Amino acid sequence: MAAGRLQGSARRLGWLAGLILPLALALGWEMAVALKWADGRLLPTPSRIYATLAGLAASGELLDHVLATLQRVGLGFVFGVAAGTVLGAVSGYWTAVRRLIDPTLQALRNIPSIAWVPMFILWFGIFETSKIILIAVGVFFPIYLALSGAILGVDRKLVEVGRIFGFSHREMITRILLPATLPAYVIALRSGLGLGWMFVVAAEFMGAEQGLGFLLVDGQQTGRPAVILASIVSFACLGKLTDWLLAAVSVRFLRWQDSFKPAE
Amino acid sequence: MLRIANVRKRYPNGLLALAGLDLTVAPGEILAIVGGSGCGKSTLLRLVSGLDRPTAGSVDLDGTPIVGPRAEIGMVFQEPRLMPWLTIDDNVAFGIRHLPAGERRQRVAEALSRVGLASHAGHWPRELSGGQAQRAALARALVGRPQVLLLDEPFSALDALTRQDLQDHLLDLWAYDRPTMILVTHDIEEALVLADRIVVMQPDPGRIRVSVSPPLARPRDRLDPEFLDWKYKLLAELDHASRKPTGDETFPAAAI
Ligand SMILES: Nc1ncnc2c1ncn2[C@@H]1O[C@H](COP(=O)(O)OP(=O)(O)OP(=O)(O)O)[C@@H](O)[C@H]1O
Ligand SMILES: [Mg+2]
Repeated sequence: MAAGRLQGSARRLGWLAGLILPLALALGWEMAVALKWADGRLLPTPSRIYATLAGLAASGELLDHVLATLQRVGLGFVFGVAAGTVLGAVSGYWTAVRRLIDPTLQALRNIPSIAWVPMFILWFGIFETSKIILIAVGVFFPIYLALSGAILGVDRKLVEVGRIFGFSHREMITRILLPATLPAYVIALRSGLGLGWMFVVAAEFMGAEQGLGFLLVDGQQTGRPAVILASIVSFACLGKLTDWLLAAVSVRFLRWQDSFKPAE
Repeated sequence: MLRIANVRKRYPNGLLALAGLDLTVAPGEILAIVGGSGCGKSTLLRLVSGLDRPTAGSVDLDGTPIVGPRAEIGMVFQEPRLMPWLTIDDNVAFGIRHLPAGERRQRVAEALSRVGLASHAGHWPRELSGGQAQRAALARALVGRPQVLLLDEPFSALDALTRQDLQDHLLDLWAYDRPTMILVTHDIEEALVLADRIVVMQPDPGRIRVSVSPPLARPRDRLDPEFLDWKYKLLAELDHASRKPTGDETFPAAAI
């Protein structure tokens, strides 16, 4: 009985285990500086970072930066996902289309996306458009690759059921191929989102008046490491939060999966 | 009228699965196909369903060649092949997706209760037993009331009692719409209960050994001496079919 209750609460609180490591590190550093074992000037203590964050939050600045960055990531993600989904589905389904576009896309994929920055600035200007396109490009490739590959791996036996019922191409894609590839798709969405967060920093490095990436540059130029770290911590928290949201939403759609569940 | 004329099927790996097969099935006829494992029964159903094309020869339904799947031909595969991401009722609704939602719901509920799965409507396929999944697949094929129904060992995973239930259900259904049915089975008794005609196939390469139409009155009684007589004859025939892969003159098919 007691063991059962213990096990139940262990499962409920299981996610807290992930906090042990960062908290221990933060506490260790705080103590090291407090005991004068280390110098906290170039690597400010967690309490300093927290104070900086609190200051930024109080003045409303932090929220502005966060919203600006979130908006860029959000828009870039939506466009990247849309393009990756359509092209991935089409090239997975039609061999002719795959032969036509896949080699080109595979070649483009190997260009470090940062290399596009000068071109995008020339084409789309230095403001929002070029930033969002850069992020969308980063998000696009994992989605495209995962989806077109996963469609080729769908069980022929399920596809034949669709054929027996006279499915049109569209029905085949939306009713069988996309649902069957959903688990792979969700993983691709999450890695695409991760790349979106990476690319927003690059985008905001190329000149922005607002955003967490701007905060990074600003902290460096004004010699305030606490500001740089405050921005990094915000990136980590937001990245984790959005990934968690995506995972939480997708669980709903993957309840049907009959997959391996590791022991507690 | 379903006409299978001189059909050969050679798979890309060179294996000759069917060697010149002729078969005509009248509208509303129930035809059973029996034969050992690997003699080409599933291959034949795939050709009739339009999923595969014959290497030579032709299959046509009412005079039009079957070159691809058609709405009036339904199929129950040897495996359940349920969509794992759809609940059981949505899986069954697959076959009647063009109907208005209200009628669809009603027909799905009806079909599920006929196969004894009404209480499992909202379950996921992974939550079903093998026999339940097979029954769900049967409901999915029946719910659209196809004109031709191809059944590949639809009851193989069921216990004897459920199997008899579903055989009766299939006959009820047949009495209602009179679809043409081709039923592949390993169970001679099942073939004798259901079919107007029974085709025994033999392997290497797949072909028809013998075709019989037992003149048994319906409904058929599994314990009737005449029924049992046919059962033994067919068992012997199956035995010869699988033991003499090249055909055997000492056991002419005409013995029946
Ligand atoms: N896709 C394929 N490619 C190559 N050979 C195949 C293929 N499908 C089936 N075969 C071969 O064709 C032969 C007939 O197969 P089929 O599935 O029609 O047999 P079956 O009579 O349905 O057997 P069972 O009773 O075991 O289901 C077998 O020898 C099999 O190995
Ligand atoms: Mg078979």
